[in-house]
Amino acid sequence: MKRAFPILSILTALLLAYALYQALAVAPADALQGDVYRIIYYHVPSAWTAMLLFFINFVASVQYLASANPTRRAAVKWIVIAIGVVGVIVCFLPPVTKQFATYGMRPSAAATTVLLVPIFYFLIGKWFPGQRLDMLAVTSAEVGVVFCTIVLVTGPLWARPVWGIWWAPGDIRLTSTLVLWLIYVSYLVLRRFSNSAQTQMLAAALAVFGALDVPLVYFSIWFFRTQHPQPVIGGGGSMDPRMLHTLLINWMAFLCFAFLVCWSRFRLELLHREVEEAHAMESLGGAAPAKASLPLERSIR
Amino acid sequence: MNSLWAVTLATLKKDIRLEWRSKDALNSMLFFSLLVVVIFSFSFDPLAEESRHIVGGLVWVAFLFAAVVALNQTWARELRNQVLDAYRVSPAPANALFLAKVLGNFIFVSILEALMTPLFVIFYNLHVLGPAWQLIPLALLGTWALVVNGTFFAAMSLRTRNRELMLPLLLFPISIPAVLGMVAGTTAVLTGDNPAHFYIVLLLTYDVVFTTASLALFETILHAE
Amino acid sequence: MNPIKFLAAAYIVTWLIHSFYLGTIVRRFSRLRQQMKDLGKKSKDAPIQRHRG
Repeated sequence: MKRAFPILSILTALLLAYALYQALAVAPADALQGDVYRIIYYHVPSAWTAMLLFFINFVASVQYLASANPTRRAAVKWIVIAIGVVGVIVCFLPPVTKQFATYGMRPSAAATTVLLVPIFYFLIGKWFPGQRLDMLAVTSAEVGVVFCTIVLVTGPLWARPVWGIWWAPGDIRLTSTLVLWLIYVSYLVLRRFSNSAQTQMLAAALAVFGALDVPLVYFSIWFFRTQHPQPVIGGGGSMDPRMLHTLLINWMAFLCFAFLVCWSRFRLELLHREVEEAHAMESLGGAAPAKASLPLERSIR
Repeated sequence: MNSLWAVTLATLKKDIRLEWRSKDALNSMLFFSLLVVVIFSFSFDPLAEESRHIVGGLVWVAFLFAAVVALNQTWARELRNQVLDAYRVSPAPANALFLAKVLGNFIFVSILEALMTPLFVIFYNLHVLGPAWQLIPLALLGTWALVVNGTFFAAMSLRTRNRELMLPLLLFPISIPAVLGMVAGTTAVLTGDNPAHFYIVLLLTYDVVFTTASLALFETILHAE
Repeated sequence: MNPIKFLAAAYIVTWLIHSFYLGTIVRRFSRLRQQMKDLGKKSKDAPIQRHRG
């Protein structure tokens, strides 16, 4: 496993370089925005990656809370399965399909997205047992905040030359991203300043609250906009296929990069806990060897 | 169910009685509220044409700060003399304690709001152009939104190093949709430009969602050491 | 201001932020490895004590 890391790093670096070349040289210039629009090749993949990481954190937090007792775990498992089943069925109901058509989305695409919820839930539960769930949570939160910061910095840098304003207070996506960033920064602050034995539980509860908040943020701003018309930043509309192609390449590259960063952060967290255990053993009897005798592989639950 | 309400009411009565006898927090909060209104009236010119448009925001920011100061000392009394630990080992349902605290804070913050509002009306020469009765559900639902999450996060912050700072750090981001609802709704009613119905529904949804979440997760928080 | 400057700024800032974060990870790694080494040395130097009770 250890040898894979340098090889993957080199491959990712090459992929990122290729993606950069695509973004700057190969993709055509935009008819209206000129060359500045190329910022989206960094802005949008970072946004998607950040959302993915926050979603992983949410799933890990829910599982961590659920793992506290077996009845809770069973209940959550059935709720997640229900979400998957009902979600897929709903996607194919006629009124819903009609609604999707107005957004240009196919029902099968929506159904696949909904299925990601139970898929992620069960995979994460399988691959990250016990304490590793919490390590995944802190990893995905930290790296997610990094990517989200990039979104919030590149967004205004794009808005200013193109639309003449740094920030639009009523812009849904930018404001929702800002709130999400604030929630996760507060999550990291709680982890840093909490000296409770239950910090992990508290943080998981906060993550759940944050996830509940996001749709409310979205709707509150959406209604505010209908009353107070706001400038739209980053308009929708279809994309030149070459631009979409470049966008996806950049997203692949950043996903690989995010994976490597998460891997490093996860290893750091493992080492951190090993050192803590070693400290604890040492203060207990002074007889502990440097290498912690409790393998972290074993689940602590 | 009966025992839940019985314990809740008993705890609530205890808190109110204690507060009434000492009047610590109440007096300092009253003075704090007055100061906030006065400072705002110096910072934002009350005679300006647009003052009616910004007063909604000012009022709720003032209420938010008053609520945070009140919430910060919500659990302080329980920590002294290990009352909180006694509660944890008792068979009383954890949610009863939570509900009692939320109700107590709700009453307390509502009293503060009731006292601050006439001051705002006086300093800013307010008169309401829209349907004034809508201000009542907005105030009730908005206060509940602040207080339910505030009490929960105050309990969460108990075991952190910077307890007083941690509460607003945790509370403010999560409260953003509620604050937007309160401010936009109040402004809508004051100016009479827009209907405030959606904001009332938004606040109601927010309150239902987060009251449920807090009740579901409070026991976990209570047992944190 | 030349719009291309914004493009360059965006790309540069992205990598600055990533480098900064990777730097903190590397720094924490080396600090932890140092702590591990110190713990190892301490237990080697100190005589092995039995638990009391």
